[in-house]
Amino acid sequence: MCKIKTFSKGGIHPDKYKITTDSPIISAGLPEFVTIPVKQHIGSPAKILVSVGDKVKVGTHIADADGIVSADVHSSVSGEVVKIEAVEGGIGYLEDMITIKVEGDEFEETINLSNDVNREIPYTAEEIINKIREAGIVGMGGAGYPTPIKTSIPEDKKVDTLIVNGIECEPFLTADDRLMVEKAEQIVIGAKIINKALGIQNAIIAIDENKPKAIEIISKITKTYVGVNVQVCATKYPQGGEKQLITAITGREVPSGKLPYDAGCLVQNVGTVFAVYEAIMKNKPLYERVVTISGDTCLHPANYMVRIGTPASFLIEQAGGLTPETTQVIFGGPMMGISALNLNAPITKTTSGILLLSDAVAGKSPETDCIRCGKCVDACPIGLQPYLISNLVQNNQIDELKNCHVLDCIECGCCAYICPAHIPLLDYCKLAKMELRKKN
Amino acid sequence: MLKISTAPHFQTNKDTKGIMLDVVIAMLPAALVAVLFFGFPALVIILTSTIGCVLIEYMANRYLFKRENSIKDLSAIVTGMLLAFNLPSSMPVWMILIGAFMAIVVAKLCYGGLGKNIFNPALVGRVFLFISFPVQMTNWPKPNFMHFWNIDAQTSATTLGIIKHIDAQTSATKHVVELPDYTQMFLGNVGGCIGEVSVLALLLGLAYLLYRKIISWHIPVIYIGTFFIISFILWITTHSIQYDPLTNLLSGGLMLGAIFMATDYATSPMTIKGKVIFAIGCGLLTAIIRFYSAYPEGVSFAILIMNALVPLIDKYVQTKFYGQRR
Repeated sequence: MCKIKTFSKGGIHPDKYKITTDSPIISAGLPEFVTIPVKQHIGSPAKILVSVGDKVKVGTHIADADGIVSADVHSSVSGEVVKIEAVEGGIGYLEDMITIKVEGDEFEETINLSNDVNREIPYTAEEIINKIREAGIVGMGGAGYPTPIKTSIPEDKKVDTLIVNGIECEPFLTADDRLMVEKAEQIVIGAKIINKALGIQNAIIAIDENKPKAIEIISKITKTYVGVNVQVCATKYPQGGEKQLITAITGREVPSGKLPYDAGCLVQNVGTVFAVYEAIMKNKPLYERVVTISGDTCLHPANYMVRIGTPASFLIEQAGGLTPETTQVIFGGPMMGISALNLNAPITKTTSGILLLSDAVAGKSPETDCIRCGKCVDACPIGLQPYLISNLVQNNQIDELKNCHVLDCIECGCCAYICPAHIPLLDYCKLAKMELRKKN
Repeated sequence: MLKISTAPHFQTNKDTKGIMLDVVIAMLPAALVAVLFFGFPALVIILTSTIGCVLIEYMANRYLFKRENSIKDLSAIVTGMLLAFNLPSSMPVWMILIGAFMAIVVAKLCYGGLGKNIFNPALVGRVFLFISFPVQMTNWPKPNFMHFWNIDAQTSATTLGIIKHIDAQTSATKHVVELPDYTQMFLGNVGGCIGEVSVLALLLGLAYLLYRKIISWHIPVIYIGTFFIISFILWITTHSIQYDPLTNLLSGGLMLGAIFMATDYATSPMTIKGKVIFAIGCGLLTAIIRFYSAYPEGVSFAILIMNALVPLIDKYVQTKFYGQRR
């Protein structure tokens, strides 16, 4: 095995809390109702194709991509559409959702439900991208950028490396880890499929050091697949950030304000790659995903295979419910996830975890004065100076912010994590971005 | 009832107070050596200065500035100990309190408190005392190992004091006082300020600070390195004992300054590149003041001058940001 790689600038080492590393993925079962948002991706909401009273099956196309940057949405259950209206989402905003009453569990006939591993790729590059589009696949690592657009490289750009992102550097989350352990070969084939779509021969599956099982299993399988290799990366946050990963693997940097293909790379999360495999080989649209439910106050932490649209509260109940110590519920990881206001909000294509945290883990200490320790500068993986950005925003010196490159901020939260004065530096950086965008 | 907050929902448990506590722990070996060599008076100085600084900060916050009290961040203890380290063991208590007042009120709280001060508070206190009470500040009781109650010891000269008065032309022949050997200087069995004498104890403190990641190696190593290189060049070109690099390295406030004072967060640059520039400046100025001024010692002035340049360094030194390379 070759050298362990990592990015050179910044980064932090938060406690791992990987409680569910050895919990196999189990089915979460079916709730009574699912509410499926028509916008689970970056871009415009999908156009609704069904109306109240329609009968749907698992995999039925219920909303159609509206424009280029958008994604199809499919039903995750069989049953009857009972409501199409704006419902409160995780952070309390109203979002258009399709509510389906679950009746039985019938699948669309086109879906291949067998567990056999299919190894031959029967499609051309163009067909692959079309099938990915029809399956409604979006980046499942969290951003939700529609995969077919990401995979269609503009003609003047050249991509030579596909990086499969198996780095799960957020504390608590183990969904990607388990997927790699249990669906290793499918992920490797998924990488080959995307390679074929890109017309390249080089895929690297990046896994961080604290996942020895996944490294072992995938390394063994890649031996029989030409063009797919494993690269072990250091356990460091934010190793799974797209820019950090590209730098770690290839030594290249994505130029400021540009996209990964400007550095000759395409990065796809392992969850996305698995979804691609299922879409191509099993004709299966994206209607379920792995969700880690964990946290220090979670009674039965686990990794669940969850139908999209399942209410978070349904999963929380299965994991033992909230305890009196639970003070925060996080959708996603503790570094970049969102604090949930509405627990009935649905699991979407991008929900990687639900964390039930107590004040001991997620409690915030009161802010004190900056002592100029410089730790935020050292921790920033982009090389920004968060203390300066925070000062400039607070003093409303928006013109001077322009020289701070704050628009390159990846919002990883290293600065706010490391700050001994507990200054919400990330909030100030986000504010700075908003102010700058307002001005332009 | 659930709380909501913005990301990240995770925070390090190392806060300002924890950092200050680590600095205090790092200073304990030097404090112990001070008491071992200078006895009871050293203990009185450390306690007076530390308690003095904390009380003055408390009172000033409460009655003068009328703001929330800040003694809980433990920074007053750090300042108090550092000030004590910079004093000879014969220093009268009332003078120490004046120094503590200058350090805490004038150098720190007047600027807005911890993190907003431009100059290192302990150094401001020391330099004020040095200028106001030159006799007391240069009276050096002889170290007397393990004689705790030995309070009326003879005085001696510091190593730097001795070599300062060696005539560079006639070289080593003229000096009447023996220079201490390197081992004694390393251990701290020499005259001087109570906290600066033992290089060994200070290096232990440095090791702890580096291990706990409180400071990076850049400032201490580059500061000491720059000074060493300059004195080495002067030494091999003049052969004067005044520039002997090892003697210069092991004596005076260089180690104390480079490890504990130049690395003060509030008064040193934020970026690594800035720290390198800052440290080179400190080393250069220390050499100039030590070798060419009327004072035998230059660390305090060097660091204070560089402190004044920190805002400028921070403004012009930019970090290399990701994506700059094309």
